[in-house]
Amino acid sequence: MTKLMLALLLSSTSITSAFAATLPVAATDVSQSWDTLYWFLIWVSGIFFVGIVLAMIIFVVKYRKEVHKKSKYIHGHTGLEIVWTVIPSILLFVMFGWGWAVYKDMIHAPSDAMEIHVIGKQWMWQFVYKNGTSSIGDLYVPLNKPVKMVMSSEDVIHSFFIPNFRVKQDVVPGMYTYVWFEAKVPGIHQIFCTEYCGTSHSGMLGRVIVLKDDQWKDWQQGKKIDVDSLPADPSFPGFRANRLGEGMPSTAGTSSTSGGQISLAEKGKALTTAKGCVACHSSDGTKIVGPSYKGIYGTDVKLADGSTVKIDENYIRESIENPTAKVVEGFPPSMPPYKGLVNEEEIMAITEYIKSLK
Amino acid sequence: MSSHSSEGDLVKHGDNYINHSAGIKSWLNTLDHKRIGMMYLFTVMIFFLIGGFFALGIRLELFSPGMQFMTPDTYNRFFTYHGAIMVFMVIIPLIPAAMGNFILPMQLGAKDVAFPRWNLVSYYIYVTGALIAASTLFLKGVDTGWTFYTPYSIRSNSSATFVLLGAFIMGFSSILTGLNFIVTIHKLRAPGLTWGRLPLFVWALYATSIIQVLATPVLAITLLLLILERTLGIGVFDPKLGGDPVLFQHFFWFYSHPAVYIMILPAMGVISELVPVFSRKPIFGYKAIAGATFGIALVSFIVWGHHLFVSGQSEFANFVFSLITMFVAIPTGVKVFSWLGTMYKGSLRFDTPMLYVFGFLFVFTIGGLTGVFLAVVSIDVHLTDTYFVIAHFHYVMVGGTIMAFLGGIHYWFPKFSGKMYHESLAKFACWLVMIGFNVTFFPQFIVGTLGMPRRYADYLPQFTNYNRASTVGSWILALGLFITAYNLFRSMKTGKAAGDNPWGGLTLEWQTTSPPPFENFKYDPVVTEGPYEYKGDRIGMGINA
Amino acid sequence: MSTSQGVVTSAERHHAHHFESGLAEFEACKQGMWIFLVTEVLFFSGMFLLYAILRVFYPSMMHDAHHLLNWKMGALNTVILICSSLTMALAVSAAQRGEKDKIVRYIWLTFLFSCGFLVVKFFEYSHKIHEGILPGALWHYEELKAAKAPLFFSVYFVMTGIHGLHVIIGMAVMLWLIKRAKRNEFGPEYFTPVEMTGLYWHFVDLVWIYLFPLLYLVS
Repeated sequence: MTKLMLALLLSSTSITSAFAATLPVAATDVSQSWDTLYWFLIWVSGIFFVGIVLAMIIFVVKYRKEVHKKSKYIHGHTGLEIVWTVIPSILLFVMFGWGWAVYKDMIHAPSDAMEIHVIGKQWMWQFVYKNGTSSIGDLYVPLNKPVKMVMSSEDVIHSFFIPNFRVKQDVVPGMYTYVWFEAKVPGIHQIFCTEYCGTSHSGMLGRVIVLKDDQWKDWQQGKKIDVDSLPADPSFPGFRANRLGEGMPSTAGTSSTSGGQISLAEKGKALTTAKGCVACHSSDGTKIVGPSYKGIYGTDVKLADGSTVKIDENYIRESIENPTAKVVEGFPPSMPPYKGLVNEEEIMAITEYIKSLK
Repeated sequence: MSSHSSEGDLVKHGDNYINHSAGIKSWLNTLDHKRIGMMYLFTVMIFFLIGGFFALGIRLELFSPGMQFMTPDTYNRFFTYHGAIMVFMVIIPLIPAAMGNFILPMQLGAKDVAFPRWNLVSYYIYVTGALIAASTLFLKGVDTGWTFYTPYSIRSNSSATFVLLGAFIMGFSSILTGLNFIVTIHKLRAPGLTWGRLPLFVWALYATSIIQVLATPVLAITLLLLILERTLGIGVFDPKLGGDPVLFQHFFWFYSHPAVYIMILPAMGVISELVPVFSRKPIFGYKAIAGATFGIALVSFIVWGHHLFVSGQSEFANFVFSLITMFVAIPTGVKVFSWLGTMYKGSLRFDTPMLYVFGFLFVFTIGGLTGVFLAVVSIDVHLTDTYFVIAHFHYVMVGGTIMAFLGGIHYWFPKFSGKMYHESLAKFACWLVMIGFNVTFFPQFIVGTLGMPRRYADYLPQFTNYNRASTVGSWILALGLFITAYNLFRSMKTGKAAGDNPWGGLTLEWQTTSPPPFENFKYDPVVTEGPYEYKGDRIGMGINA
Repeated sequence: MSTSQGVVTSAERHHAHHFESGLAEFEACKQGMWIFLVTEVLFFSGMFLLYAILRVFYPSMMHDAHHLLNWKMGALNTVILICSSLTMALAVSAAQRGEKDKIVRYIWLTFLFSCGFLVVKFFEYSHKIHEGILPGALWHYEELKAAKAPLFFSVYFVMTGIHGLHVIIGMAVMLWLIKRAKRNEFGPEYFTPVEMTGLYWHFVDLVWIYLFPLLYLVS
């Protein structure tokens, strides 16, 4: 059955292309496998829908009371009932399994993915790069390289959505969430906020600017990129992708600052001194009051209550904001909570600093 | 379902529940389930009108990109009111509380529901809650969306607290109705009306009531916590105070997903009534349909997480919820196929209620199949929170519930009023509703797949054509609904006498006069066979037979 | 049991017209009451779930925070409520036998125990309000540093507050029962309201029996 559908799907490219305009361009490999699955679902449900409607039409013609005066006295048919329970069940399991396989590719970033931090706030997207640069509204990424977004929100829940990449993820205050993609089409791609976040929700737009190698190098060196000369969003060739819709109310700025050439990790290092962290935490492996930062990122540690936890971004965030929640075995629960004393960007910088201490 | 008592004159025509006692007070203080049902029906219709007004406002604003005549804040209030009113005040009570109240005891052969006084209390609780929520229209309004997601709903500078309070209060009404129905079904069935002979509408209401009783208390505590969050700042859902905003979504959808089935199961029950009557054939697979009803009710409690696929919940949770959600499609499919099986070799009549059945099957199938798309976790990632979701649940809620409701109201109108509506006008309106509905919502599937997010006051110019089509469709749909309302209201006064059993139905409500007398039946009915025993050209045991 | 004052007594009272018999009506009421109690369980379960989540994620905070509660007061209230459940059960059996004076006496006793419960609760609450041990944003108690301790007290106040509300509602119903019992309305033929209130009261008691160890005796 499945093979037949696939054959149908492939052999009828003409029909598919007629419908293709109903999907945005697939600008990543994951999007392409998403699209294949999507068309499979369209075909299966299309066949069911046409079948049901066809049956209805046939019954209307054949069994209307004018031509079929006496109804047949039937209460059911066990065999038929089993068939129409079992066949859809099998199809549903196929859909689920296939869907799950695609999903795994969607959420698991390659280990060499470049990380970019995303901060959602009413009503703008801020992107912070490893080298300390940040930009608002426009996200600059290299072509053909996996990029992982490490996202958090400063106020309410937002959702980061790039239709051309088929990725979407809520951006939640108080925790990190992630999406990743590897853009295969240079130029501009639309970003939307898809979780309702107040007045200018519909103005909380952005653009992914996918740069070819040389442009990416230029941008990293702080050169200005002429975005308007780049190809428009391929999903809507007739329209320029919007960072801010015309006439859309938004407080989002338009700058793409590349000043302050100090890396995020360096900022974090400065902060650990400024905030007094170094009084208890060393960066060279020596034990003062609390654990040293050195080489802990990504490791599993044993906690005072006997459980183990992996040190990742969320653990570091929690240990800054609410240190006594998960205390490492052998250390006193004496650190005060820093909740409200550090902002998103600072937590991010400190996390980067800890990560950098291999 | 034949009843021995139906032979001979039951009650002398003229004495019925409408003229049994006179004066406005005799209605406001009534304990008669039929009058309470009618009061629900009219109240719900008033809120349907208000909710529809907001819907038309939304569509008008979205006719073109850019802001037309609203500010974004106004628009945000429009979609919030549209959602909150339609969900809490219209669709949840629409079929169970309005139609169910009238029909359920009659189909059971009972004189009333088990607790008539609580039934009336339930109505007034509903009115109180609805008025408290609606009063915010004259205050600062509410802009949180009907889902009240934290932390936005905590910080929102609006009258959200009163809407939460209203929804909290209306929950008790829902609980009381469900409780009343369960006990009524258990304790007040006519002699001979065994579980295997219950009409499928009763089975549907039974499953619905169980959901209402089990899920609504969880909504109550959730809303109460959010009210306390807004008034006292208790912090459990507020990340600034150490709480977890996603936890709110789990609490909220633990109720609100089953609530979706509170909305659709009774509609399926109505369809199960209509199909055999107008096919003149026993229902195909009675046990399968009743079982599927309970299958859906059961599964509804363990699939809420599919609303949170992109919320940041764990990969494992997504796996489990996606898998379980798949199971919803199986019993739903069984029902659709069984209805088709009932028509097979039937002797089909195309009165207005049956026309709505065809409409229902057409749009509900689309709604159901697109639901499978959203259940597949990877597909959902792209489609969730876009207009695809809007289109999907309108195909289920409007295409499903409202179509079934319209079919049901035309079917039972002669029983409610004793009059017959204008048939060709009703059919014309049915076509308008059908066309208008599809023109409104089908383009939304496409524009959603292309990426247009929901709850957008403004949109990118590339989405314009789809939105225009949608807006024009909403006018056709509204016209169809207005004509229907006009037809029914006018026919209450000027319609021809319908007779007691115009459709030749076999369920018990047709075995008494129209409109029914004060305590439904003059003699206590006794049941001797199943509800859909249409044999050949048998018209039924109705009074007109 | 008929009296000469012309009031409706239990034996004379007619069941509602849509039921076959008084027994059928009683059975229906009982089923309705049990369903109602199921909704109550689910209502509280939302809060218990919240508690469980905090307990799993912040065990040490929960441990530190619970020391601010006075377990002796909690234990006293547990004893009081168990006693009230006993007197309530005695009232129900008196109603079944139609012993008017005993019904009134036992319901009054239950009422007094409930008052006792509320008095203890009042002292607990006022002490905490005075110290600033308050839920969420209202918290201004300086001596406990555990970061999420205010959340413990959010749960504490919401749970005990809603439980207290249930106690007060139960007391109001008791006054109504006393009034009806004095009019000699209950007896072997009709004791539904007393029985239903009894079920409700045992439920309220049971909730406290869970609340007490969970809140006061975290270990």
